[in-house]
Amino acid sequence: MFPTQDEIAAWLPDLLGGLSISLQVTALSLAIGIPFGLVLALGVLAKSRFLKGLSLFLVEVGRGAPALVLLQFIYFGLPTTGLTLGSFSAAVIALAWNTGAYTSEIIRASLQSVAHGQREAAEALGLNRFDELRYVLLPQGLRVALPALLGFSILIFQGTSLCFTIALPELVSRAYEIGSTTFRYFPALLAAGVLYAAISIPAALLVNHVERRAGLYAQR
Amino acid sequence: MNAADFVPLLRGLVWTVALTGGAFLIGAVLGVPLLAARQSRLWPVRFLAMTVIQIVRAIPPILWLFIIFFGLGMSVMPINPFNAALMGLGLIAAANMAEIYRGAVASIHHGQWEASAALDLGRWSTFRDIVAPQAFRVALPSAASYLIGLMKETAVASTIGVAELAYQGNQLSQLTFRGLEVFALVGLFYVLLSLPIAWLSRVADGYLRAKVAR
Repeated sequence: MFPTQDEIAAWLPDLLGGLSISLQVTALSLAIGIPFGLVLALGVLAKSRFLKGLSLFLVEVGRGAPALVLLQFIYFGLPTTGLTLGSFSAAVIALAWNTGAYTSEIIRASLQSVAHGQREAAEALGLNRFDELRYVLLPQGLRVALPALLGFSILIFQGTSLCFTIALPELVSRAYEIGSTTFRYFPALLAAGVLYAAISIPAALLVNHVERRAGLYAQR
Repeated sequence: MNAADFVPLLRGLVWTVALTGGAFLIGAVLGVPLLAARQSRLWPVRFLAMTVIQIVRAIPPILWLFIIFFGLGMSVMPINPFNAALMGLGLIAAANMAEIYRGAVASIHHGQWEASAALDLGRWSTFRDIVAPQAFRVALPSAASYLIGLMKETAVASTIGVAELAYQGNQLSQLTFRGLEVFALVGLFYVLLSLPIAWLSRVADGYLRAKVAR
């Protein structure tokens, strides 16, 4: 039922290699997705009809369709237009889109939570819109958004498991492959589960901690 | 694409709805004892429930389905893909529903517990007659948005061969070589499916509010 010590020693390098790919996809998707989320949030708030419509479309599709379908749309769908991507880049694009769509809502809500007087004060000081965003709204808004963004990051880390379907050799793919060659599916998949838990559970505890701290800040 | 291509997608739609409904039902029911254990006065029970919830939520859905379908299916007893998906997603839903219930119960004013204690209602009766009806209303919007999330999560069942929407889309794109349209259509189906859930939740919420607002 459980992996033996020899098996763990034999599988670990392979599984850790997969975990490293999962983490790379997570990091890149967040590094691209969160700034994209900010752009989408500003786009949804924009006065221009076109920008607003385009941003809303990207947000609604990115949130409405399952991440798995986005992934397959980009990996299996785009080649019909002549644009073929490797599984790594397809994974990053799909998950960054997903991240952007979800975080844009988080960021928009947090920007709108900044007290109205702050905006007026920035205007009275003659700051232009970009400086207002950079010096006044973002520093205060992102503090509110931080716990939700961290929580979402854990979901994206788990979401990298979907890349199994586009043959990216991440953690689940590696565990599945070990299972199919040794026929020891349960122990191999269990080992992958332990690795996911080893990252997700401490991360979730960290998010809880940050949330409580942010709550204290809000109460003052 | 022609009209005949829609048929498999519609068939997939039925499986997606069945899987979503089944998993949600399992989660909504199993979430109650899990919540009870989570709030137990005995710390080992509380700790065990908390650990179970954390572990279930720490492992990605696709891996749960693999553990059940390939892991248990190959070593303990063969299991069909739909049942494996139902078990895996039901398990995940139970952990998440327990957390939703917990948030809702926590939102009930402590005066309600105190008043029940003053009336000597007992723990079970307090929960059933006083807390649960109020908490239900609080939990409804979160449960509805979770249901929409769960519906999208059922797409992972395609990886173990459940012939739901994502699976049919995949097959169809391989048959027609028109991945772009097929996956766009599949995405649209998911969006369309989430609309009635959101609508129903709003209607139910309005109805329940109206009942209390007298």
